Amino acid sequence: MAYPINYRYSREHEWIRVEDDMGTVGITDHAQKALGDIVYLELPKVGDRFQAMQPLGTVESVKAVSEIFSPVTCEVLDVNAELTSRPEMLNQDPHGAAWLVKVRLSNPAELESLMSAEQYQQYVAEEAEK
Amino acid sequence: MRQPLRRTALNAVHKQMGAKMVPFGGWEMPVEFSGIIQEHLAVRSRAGLFDVSHMGEIEVHGREALGLVQYVTCNDASRLQVGQAQYSGLMYPQGTLVDDLLVHKLADDHYLLVVNASNQDRDFDWISEQNRFQASVRNAGGDYTQLAIQGPEAIRILEKLTGTELAALRYYWFRRGRVDGVACLIARTGYTGEDGFEIYFDPAESERLWNALLAAGTAHGLSPCGLGARNTLRLEAKMALYGHEIDETHTPLEADLGWICKLDKGQFLGREALARQKQEGVRRRLVGFQMSGPAIARDGYPVYSDGVEVGYVTSGSYAPFLKKNIGLAYLPAEMGQVGREIQIGIRNQRAGARLVQTPFYKRPRN
Repeated sequence: MAYPINYRYSREHEWIRVEDDMGTVGITDHAQKALGDIVYLELPKVGDRFQAMQPLGTVESVKAVSEIFSPVTCEVLDVNAELTSRPEMLNQDPHGAAWLVKVRLSNPAELESLMSAEQYQQYVAEEAEK
Repeated sequence: MRQPLRRTALNAVHKQMGAKMVPFGGWEMPVEFSGIIQEHLAVRSRAGLFDVSHMGEIEVHGREALGLVQYVTCNDASRLQVGQAQYSGLMYPQGTLVDDLLVHKLADDHYLLVVNASNQDRDFDWISEQNRFQASVRNAGGDYTQLAIQGPEAIRILEKLTGTELAALRYYWFRRGRVDGVACLIARTGYTGEDGFEIYFDPAESERLWNALLAAGTAHGLSPCGLGARNTLRLEAKMALYGHEIDETHTPLEADLGWICKLDKGQFLGREALARQKQEGVRRRLVGFQMSGPAIARDGYPVYSDGVEVGYVTSGSYAPFLKKNIGLAYLPAEMGQVGREIQIGIRNQRAGARLVQTPFYKRPRN
């Protein structure tokens, strides 16, 4: 699966798509593949606030539990309610319909510290070689 | 320093097939091929093929082979006939478990013990140390590839490749035979809660037999399966996993394995401790539970009752066939009644659960 070039990516395998100071956050295709069949999600509530790289939720596959980190400092505006009832969507469309939360960015300058699609792809390839 | 991971004879084949590989018990093993849920359901409804060559083998040979096996294990191996296998426990004098194992009687003076991968060397050392019998003990892990073919279609798939009459082979019996021309020990055993077979043979034939079984199984919906599905399958069937339900701190009586403790068979390691515990009653025991909500209990999570921490989860998972979140836990014996409400500590929450009958899953018998 290709990594959209208009997204930014974290070292913990989250993506964020930003328009003005509004962002949509998800986990990457690499992350869902590493987890396997996803069966449970814990997401934050609307209004919750997070610092960059603070845990904002949990994703669980049959085999593993993994924290989801907020890629930026933000406030949660919307949560993907359909996803919590159908967590398997994360295996099918991680970069699209299976977004996790929509947020308001507190400090859009933080985006500069995240990776581009190209950088992320290289990062994942290097991780695989370790 | 980290030990390099050991590899089964099929390691490269698994990687070629795109399996996700993980470290397990000192081995690099496939955790999944197509996905744990799909593989789990394939075994329940059709069949699955597992490479379980990481499992250890120990052979006990000699005039007093039975004497040694009887002394170190808690089940009664004297009841076995040639060609029969039994589930048993390798014991410490304190009544706790070194390991769990399968004991196969190959001949009056020859037993094959199948043990857990991570315990192979420790088990071998322990049995050797206890050997004051006219018996030789051999660490035979490298001699065998072990494949498990499990599920309702397993018998029909294996039948295509062997002249051995499988229908006549009863549960926990085995036979020597050829599978696709390869000399095998064919046992009607498994770790999934389904009918099926475990076959043991020369590792040099691994790739050929693996491929032959997959090809024979295509029309029957056979899936290659990894250790992920093996774990969820055994959990639904409430089969113990070393390091989770059983270890050197728990006795088989506590682990709900009283049926493998034959206290009247004569002297064996841990017999006094087990007899005392049986008389006094166990203080803690293994129970099964089902989560009330969508949260999943995992190994090591604390268990609460009325706000007090009373035990811990030994295994917990989403159960792909039952489509429920289930688990096993050690609780004080007096809290073990089916129907009792407990709470599982999951991160910063206490999630409700209820004790249920086990096994969670029992295969339909015809």
